[in-house]
Amino acid sequence: MTALVLARIQFAFTVSFHFLFPAFTIGLASFLFVLEALWLRTGKTVYADLYRYWLKVFAVVFAMGVVSGIVMSYEFGTNWSVFSDKAGPVIGPLMAYEVLTAFFLEAGFLGVMLFGMQKVGRGLHFLATGAVAVGTFISAFWILSVNSWMQTPVGYEMGANGQFLPGPSWAAIIFNPSFPYRLVHTVIAAYLTTAFAVGAVGAWHLLKDRENARARTMFSMAMWMAALVAPIQIFAGDEHGLNTLEHQPVKIMAMEGHYDSHPDGAPLILFGIPNPAEKRIDYAVEIPKASSLILKHDPDAPLKGLDTVPDADEPPVAILFWSFRIMVGLGFAMLGLGLWSLFARVRGRLYDWPWLHRAAIMMGPSGFIAVLAGWVTTEVGRHPFTVYGLLRTADSASPLDAPAVAASLLAFVIVYFTVFGAGVWYIFHLVKKPPHVGETGLDGTPVRTSGITPAPAKLEGDRP
Amino acid sequence: MIDLTVIWAGIIAFAIAAYVVMDGFDLGIGILFPRFRVGPERDTAMNSIAPVWDGNETWLVLGGGGLLAAFPMAYAIILPALYAPLVAMLLGLVLRGVAFEFRWRDPRHQPIWDRAFFAGSLIATLAQGIALGALLQGISVNGRAYAGGWWDWLSPFSLLTGGALVAGYALLGSCWLIWKAEGPLQDRCYRLAKGLGIVLLAAIVAVSAATPFLEGQYYHRWFVWPGIILTAPVPIATALIAILFSRSLVKRQEAAPFFLALGLFALSLMGLGISIWPDVIPGRVSIWQAAAPERSQMFMLAGAGVLIPVILAYTGWAYWVFRGKTGAEGYH
Repeated sequence: MTALVLARIQFAFTVSFHFLFPAFTIGLASFLFVLEALWLRTGKTVYADLYRYWLKVFAVVFAMGVVSGIVMSYEFGTNWSVFSDKAGPVIGPLMAYEVLTAFFLEAGFLGVMLFGMQKVGRGLHFLATGAVAVGTFISAFWILSVNSWMQTPVGYEMGANGQFLPGPSWAAIIFNPSFPYRLVHTVIAAYLTTAFAVGAVGAWHLLKDRENARARTMFSMAMWMAALVAPIQIFAGDEHGLNTLEHQPVKIMAMEGHYDSHPDGAPLILFGIPNPAEKRIDYAVEIPKASSLILKHDPDAPLKGLDTVPDADEPPVAILFWSFRIMVGLGFAMLGLGLWSLFARVRGRLYDWPWLHRAAIMMGPSGFIAVLAGWVTTEVGRHPFTVYGLLRTADSASPLDAPAVAASLLAFVIVYFTVFGAGVWYIFHLVKKPPHVGETGLDGTPVRTSGITPAPAKLEGDRP
Repeated sequence: MIDLTVIWAGIIAFAIAAYVVMDGFDLGIGILFPRFRVGPERDTAMNSIAPVWDGNETWLVLGGGGLLAAFPMAYAIILPALYAPLVAMLLGLVLRGVAFEFRWRDPRHQPIWDRAFFAGSLIATLAQGIALGALLQGISVNGRAYAGGWWDWLSPFSLLTGGALVAGYALLGSCWLIWKAEGPLQDRCYRLAKGLGIVLLAAIVAVSAATPFLEGQYYHRWFVWPGIILTAPVPIATALIAILFSRSLVKRQEAAPFFLALGLFALSLMGLGISIWPDVIPGRVSIWQAAAPERSQMFMLAGAGVLIPVILAYTGWAYWVFRGKTGAEGYH
């Protein structure tokens, strides 16, 4: 394997692992903020218990997000130095703003959020939670602006030395054409990811004890999110797709599996097996003219296919075809569960319908899978370019020997699977315990007296 | 005439200095971790940095991200040149970063994560020191790209700077705990600081003696008249602070050793600055050659000028919240 292929595998591996954590912490931070706000407003301890219960999970996930994120900030230079040199003047300042406005804010207030409840009082502590929650959003803002600029580059001038230089308007660069769509779609995805993870934990504890008030509250809150936000997400995703059709039509051709042009209405291929060698979709199950209807709002509108694109500019169709379908399929499954929960709520069976709870547990990881599938779709769809249409991936990599990249890739794989595998195991360990009255945080006894965080055994499964 | 490139070199230098000042002591505590007794000693050591390590490490991200933004060409040459030590550093930071949370999650696994905390801190520090040495000894450059191999960083000099930084961070860690801990742990740290202080001074002398002979520029800078008027005060001040430092240990002062140890670091960084200024890659690329265009510099300066003071303010507040002696039982 060449150094280029190894570097691509390494980046895909490290960024995929990394994004699982922010996808959870963006949502969890807002969830914690809402819980603390409800606690301060209503004084109900159920919210304080839920806050402390999820804070322990948040601490573990956040730590993993931080350390895997530092890797990303250096990997641009270690493995993609030519890209960094050329695009640095444009994307570098946006990433510097991410550090200055988001990373410091999160890190500066995280200590108080995790350990400072007894030290600063409720008001300031609530402020710290808010600062961390806002920080996660600001971070998403900047890094998605960078990513979107790579997808839809505008507002630049070409330097004589081959660098992309900023034009007169930074707003044009930051708010590049795909950015608003990607930002909305990604942040909602993070909220949904969290909602389904929290919902699964709530459902698990309801199956064991349907009277547990804290399990009820978390399940109910999660299902409200599912019912209300899943349809918004499907709409946002559709808008994002139309934006992609406008600016990156080749990506849409690959997602749709349109190897051929369709001058009088393109079919929507529901399923099939991409055959890149023959440039066709085998065993395709399709709805005639439906793709034109969705993308152009006209069943007879012509749609160009990959036959109009030089082979050298074609992204890997099979990957996009599948990842896109996984994402969309999960999106509709989320909507389904959300509607089911509404139905259960109306019938007063939200907390005692075991099949609903089992379905919610099954859907627990759906957000993580959908988020990864979505990122695979948009990132693989950017290929064979790093800066879309302008700088090829093959011309972006560092001048490294293949053994150097192979060794680092092996090290990343071993360390990530071991460390983050353990982290995921600890998260399961935490959420396996039912949320109980008098839930402890990270700062109070008995949390750190003996260096471990067992909840007092006598309170386990305690009822309100 | 204000030179934005010089301002940005100053900001990056500040970020690196802030990183060394803040993350140095918490990496040092990791390096010293096996010297602390299992139980309250280790828990206290960990608790004394748990609320602040993440913020400390963010300065490293600002150093890297700032270099990309303000000096993209330097970022693009230095990072591939230091590939192996940087990847080792990142993996070390992963291991030690998660240990902060993981060691409390399952008592049976605590010994494993304590070892990961130690190993990760040691690897990250050693790698940072080696990276510094490799940068100082020279990087081969062709056009806008790194032109050397993937083992170029390894030399007796880079190993010396790696070892020196391990001693230095360990010294900062022991002095931090002199300040934040009490009882047997504090006593142990007084003893550790004494030994580490001697090792660090020997390492500073060795690195200072070796550096001028790496490249013509360094020798010229340090020993040739009239530059020597500017450079001579650095070793003199170092000697002075070393004396004050040893007196503070003898008198068992609590906060002074930490700040005097930081003084040693500040002077070493100053010496480093004198050696390589105005290059960003010593002897090869100057800050002006590597600089981003003025529009990038201006745009970032507008933010950095406002945000860095704000960041320092709330970082100071976070430290203030957790002031005083740290116990083994957490913060309450």
